[in-house]
Order: sequence, then structure tokens, then C-alpha cells
Amino acid sequence: MRESQSTLTSMASALFEDNTRAVRSMTDEDIALCVRDLNLFYGDTQALKSINMDIPVARVTAFIGPSGCGKSTLLRCFNRMNDLVDSCRISGEISLHGVDIYGRGTDVAELRRRIGMVFQKPNPFPKSIYENVAYGLRLQGVKDRRVLDEVVERSLKAVALWDEVKDRLNSNAFGLSGGQQQRLVIGRAIAIEPEVILLDEPTSALDPISTAKIEELINELKNKYTILIVTHNMQQAARVSDYTAYMYLGEMVELDDTIKMFTNPSEKATEDYITGRYG
Amino acid sequence: MNRAHISRHISSQFNTELQGLYGHVMTMGALVQEQISNAMTALVSGDVALAEGVVTSDYRINALEVRVDDEIAQIIARRQPAATDLRFIIAIAKTTTDLERMGDEAERIGQMAVRLGPAPGQPSRRFAEITRMGQNVAQQVAGALRALDMLDTQLAARVVREDLSVDREFEALLRELVTHMMEDPRSIPRVLNVMWAARSLERIGDRARNICEYVIYIVKGKDMRHTSLEDLEREAGSRD
Repeated sequence: MRESQSTLTSMASALFEDNTRAVRSMTDEDIALCVRDLNLFYGDTQALKSINMDIPVARVTAFIGPSGCGKSTLLRCFNRMNDLVDSCRISGEISLHGVDIYGRGTDVAELRRRIGMVFQKPNPFPKSIYENVAYGLRLQGVKDRRVLDEVVERSLKAVALWDEVKDRLNSNAFGLSGGQQQRLVIGRAIAIEPEVILLDEPTSALDPISTAKIEELINELKNKYTILIVTHNMQQAARVSDYTAYMYLGEMVELDDTIKMFTNPSEKATEDYITGRYG
Repeated sequence: MNRAHISRHISSQFNTELQGLYGHVMTMGALVQEQISNAMTALVSGDVALAEGVVTSDYRINALEVRVDDEIAQIIARRQPAATDLRFIIAIAKTTTDLERMGDEAERIGQMAVRLGPAPGQPSRRFAEITRMGQNVAQQVAGALRALDMLDTQLAARVVREDLSVDREFEALLRELVTHMMEDPRSIPRVLNVMWAARSLERIGDRARNICEYVIYIVKGKDMRHTSLEDLEREAGSRD
């Protein structure tokens, strides 16, 4: 009797345990990316204004905000995609596990291996399914067929695509559906074992079923990777993320635990945006 | 936050749906107030016809509860409400449950009045006590509904405080009724009915208190159930 009571007590107390850590109480080890006083200009236009944020490791952080608020621009800062834009100037600091990624010694190719990216439209290479996934490893000089086979299988399994394509690995990737292509591209990103995955509206070109599969995938990948996702779909942010950042006109308006953001945000601007009100 | 905040969505259809919900809950509240008032009048004056009317009218409140719950399910399915909207809808769903139960308690008082039958001559002294309690509870219900209507947390906190005095009144009344029964055992069946009526009033007061807690939840986002009156008053008075 007493024993069953104590089991019940421990079950009841387990109900109140919370395994996501509140964004306010994170320590240095919990932080993958750290942004300090980041400003970004396209020519004379300031696209990001003094952004400060910490992005927790092995969690999903979502960026929401109206078009043009700077969320995609910010996402592109993390793997220095903005370097490719001529008129782009950046000040401030972004560090990955304490190392400044805009520092002098940074090898940008290596940075982009550690921080992978997936875009709105699936962009497989005009190659076979197999070669798409193996591509990053081949670039690194891996030739051993056994290693390649293993990585391709592991990556395709990780994105839940293996069973659908294992019999046609040598078919052209363009023969896959949009949802399959997007999962393939995510598989290609994780084949080279990045630490961070940047997802820029990864499901906005997909149907609801494919979207659900990608969301399920995000949920599985977050145990191993730090995931940043830009989305226009607020319910998607609410469903998949642990933390949500709301941006407006290049500023970080609010960053907090997703549950807090969607039940009781601190800023009126956030509230107005997520509930669809006039500002 | 005030009531106008509820209808500031870009979608006018959503605004209309939420206003409709608000309207139904307020109608429900008005019906509950009417039922409580009629039940108390019937009890004190021995008006059996009025009491029977209370018993047969409860269905209107029940029907509104079902209607409001149905609309809430539709809004959740269509709109996936968040933040204030989400809290508002949760609070309204709980409020309708409390209002429906208040209606049941009023019906119960009506049943007691039917059982007590027509009053011979002047209302007795014990009815004076329960009449006062009835007035206080009615005021509490009115206050809770006004707090919900205006989303007024300060008013909500005042109503919660009043609930404490209603509880004390109830205890005093119980003691007095027990004395009656001991003095005159033949009065026991009658006095028991009065006691049950008082018990129903006390329950109505508790439910009015619940509604006040939901008002604070909507406006402040803090769940005030099972907290002390001091915490509740502090939260109600804090700035948005």
C-alpha cells in the first residue's frame, strides 16, 4: 500500500518536471550561438539593428515576424551567406561555441560545414539521390565506397527517406516529390555532421502531409543538432520550436520560451503579431 | 487591456465570432442573475408558482452553455487562437461551466421553495438572514459579470474579497439554524430546506469568485486559482 502510494507520488511529481530550460536561465554550455550588438547594412539601408541573442544548443529556435523584418537576413549571418552580397556591411559579433565566426582566421567553407542550411525551395543537385547525399563527403576527399554507403544510408534514415528511396538510389533526385526532395536536402546537410542547421522557411513550398513529415523530422533532429528555423507559419513555430524570437523592422522585439510567447508574451507588439491584430 | 482589445483583429470575422461569444456569456449571466433573484423571492415570500417557474426555466441556461461550447470548439478549430485570445477562450469556456452550475444552484433553491410551500403570514426571522445573504451573493454575481464585461481586474479582486464575508455569513446562518432546530425539533424539516438553500447561495458565491479569477487570468496571464487573496489582489493591481 505504502509502496504504491510512493509510486503515485513520484508519478505526480514527474508531471511537473520540465526538461526544456527557460531561456533566461541558460549557462554558457547551453549556448551554441551568441549574437552581440549585430548591425547589418545593405548599402545605406540598415536591415538588422543591434541584435543581441543567445541560441541554445540542441534545441529548436524559431524566428517569426512580418516580411522584411530581417529574420532571413539574420539567419544568413550565421553561416556568412551575406558575405556573397557586395553591398552588405556587418558590425558586431557572432560566436559559435565562443569562437567569433567573423574573426580573421575563420575558414568560411569549414564554418558552412559546421552550420548547414536548407532553403525554402528544395534544391537538390542534378545528380542521383546517392550522389546528392555523398556530395559533401566527396568534397572532403572521402573516396572509400564503404564509408560513403554507410553515411548515405544513415543520413537517409535520419530524414526518414531511406525506405522510400533505397531501391532507386541511383535515380535522379529530380524524380522525387517536393517533400521528398526537401528531406533529401536536409539529409545532404546532415551527412557532413554539422552542429547547427539553418532552415529558411523549409515547408512553405510543401503540402500539409510533407510539412508534417518535416516537422516530425525537426523534432527528431533537435536532440543532436541545434536548429534555427525561419517560418511565416506561426502555428508551425508554436508546434516545432522550444524558443521563439519575434523580429520587427530589423529589431529583436522579444525572445522567450515558445509556450510563453504563444500564451502570454511580454511585449504588446508580439501579442498583436501572433494574434493577428492591428499594431 | 480592455474589452475593445478583443476586437482588434485584422480578421473582422474573428472579431465578430469573439464578440458573439462575449454576448452569449453575458446573456447567460443575465439569465443566471434573474434565476437567483426569482428563486430568492419565491423562497422568502412563499410564492410557489414563481419557484416552479425557476425550476422549469433552467433549461435556457443549459442550452446557452451547449451553444457557447460549440462556438468555442469552432473558433479553436478555425483560428488556433494564441496569447490573449487563447486565454480569453479558455476563460470563457470555464465561465460557462460556472454559470451553468450557478443556474443549477438557483434551480435547487427553487425546489426548496416549492417544498416549503406557501408562507403563512409574515416572513419569519430566519428568512431575514438568508435574504441578506441572497442580496450579497446576487451583488457578488453582478460584480463578477461586470468585471468580466469590462475586463476589470481591480473589481474582480474586490468581488473575491467579498466572497470571504459571504462565507462568514453562511457560517453564522448555519449556527443560527442549528439553534432553531435544537429549540424546536418540529421545525427541523423546514429549517433543513432553508439550510440547503443557504448552502446553494454559498456555492454560487464561490463560483462568482471563480469567474473573477478567470478575469485576472485573461488580463494578466496568471492563474489565480488556489492562491491567497493577498497574491490575487497584488496581481490584480499590478500594471499591465
